[in-house]
Amino acid sequence: MGSEDVYITGIDMIKFGKFLDRSIASLGAEAALGAMDDASVTINDIQALYSGNLMAASGMVGQQIQEEIGQTGIPAINVSNACATGATALREGYIAIRAGIYDTVLAVGVEKLAGAGMLGGGGGAPKGLHPEGLLGSGSMPCVFAEAGMAHAKEYGTTFEQFAQISVKNHHHSTMNPKARYQIETPLEEVMNAEMISYPNTKLMCSANVDGSAAAVLMSEKEMKKRGLQGQAVKIRASVLTTDPWTDRDEVMPDVNTCTRNAATQAYEMAGVGPDDLDLVELHDCFATAEVLHYENLQLCGDGEAGKLIDEKQTWIGGRIPVNLSGGLLSKGHPIGATGIANQYELAMHLRGQAGKRQVEGAKIGLAHVIGLGTCCGIHILEGPSS
Amino acid sequence: MSEETLTIKPYLKAPAGGDPYLEGQKCDSCGAISLKKRMACAKCGGRDTVNPTKLATTGKLHSFSIIHRAFPGIEVPFISAIADLDGGGTIKTNMVGIDADPDKITLGMDIQVDFQTAPRKDADGNEYLTFVIKPAA
Repeated sequence: MGSEDVYITGIDMIKFGKFLDRSIASLGAEAALGAMDDASVTINDIQALYSGNLMAASGMVGQQIQEEIGQTGIPAINVSNACATGATALREGYIAIRAGIYDTVLAVGVEKLAGAGMLGGGGGAPKGLHPEGLLGSGSMPCVFAEAGMAHAKEYGTTFEQFAQISVKNHHHSTMNPKARYQIETPLEEVMNAEMISYPNTKLMCSANVDGSAAAVLMSEKEMKKRGLQGQAVKIRASVLTTDPWTDRDEVMPDVNTCTRNAATQAYEMAGVGPDDLDLVELHDCFATAEVLHYENLQLCGDGEAGKLIDEKQTWIGGRIPVNLSGGLLSKGHPIGATGIANQYELAMHLRGQAGKRQVEGAKIGLAHVIGLGTCCGIHILEGPSS
Repeated sequence: MSEETLTIKPYLKAPAGGDPYLEGQKCDSCGAISLKKRMACAKCGGRDTVNPTKLATTGKLHSFSIIHRAFPGIEVPFISAIADLDGGGTIKTNMVGIDADPDKITLGMDIQVDFQTAPRKDADGNEYLTFVIKPAA
């Protein structure tokens, strides 16, 4: 019992989009059923449910999903951790299996976010004068623009380099039928799109969509008993960090330090280095953010992100492809689902099922999310040895 | 308006008969400076080690964004800026006295803090004192 390796034996996501007539629970249930089908299990095999959702976090979404897929009386754990919600839910399931408490659990992430508009900075002040527009802006496009401009200050990163991230991720999404959008956005179109918060134009902001993703996790013993070796993806590392105090983080959320700490821990836990990765799905909530994380995740040295972009090293076919799914910019960002959907993308590549965007022979991938407030979740996955 | 000057944040102080200033909370043990009063130092966890300190009105521009889309009722464009103050402490506020044009704004440039009445009032019609930054004279 305990400390057994943990595997994702079934995983699924729905095509992200806008589902006005669907409930949160039905979207979550669709991915959950898909993941269980993928693992050839039923709800009667599931010992615990970890349900991630942010915007309806007080609504017992896990139990609502149980109503759709089978009320077997198992524990449901409702998780909310900003944009790291899905990753946190999956990680809680991982921990429970590592602890030897369960052999088979289900993690689901779901969000209805289509039409939500710009997030952050608009909340009502309970008392006094709302500071938005007086003490700068707390909107998400601004917060991540400021994070990007701090990189520009240090290394001279340009508007065009930030914009190239969006060109790339939109290009990748044309090969992902489950992405919200499948349209090319040339550089001029990205740079000339409506300016939201310089340097982030509208096409450099993540797409608010409805979506869900789910994964069945198993202990090694259970996975082998069921003969799922051919599709089981091993969780080599599962890490969650928060931001330690840094001098500016009170007015400038620090998405860098928590990512750097998580990456260091994850590589150590997995016993691999950044050079061993075949692909990365990272948290491109805004184009500016992806640039920072190239360095935070050690995909290149500090100050080399611009070079990585200029040399197209993170494009499909490049040295280290990033966000082949289309990322949050084009696949879409249904907050609670994002931290499982990025692992779905890794799993498809590691299982050789990623279609036109397949990284040939992919063995190891890294998935990263940032939840502002702030936390970072990283998972390193290894494909089945064939 | 009440006798006491209302300020947009608790760390903006407007003493009667004196000049307004920004107040930080400095930990005597580790040196960290925050704007918010906390139960213990956020950096080292020190208890009873944090004391108020007057922050400088000069510093350097660390980062910025130019906001073109905001929430209803907020005029655009405006510059959202982050500045490191001389001697410690980091603030975020609007930057004025310079065009809202990325080519005109130099990261790392010298700035100064200016105190002024906020251009809008709260729901009860009260005026507030706020602060901005502008290029150093």
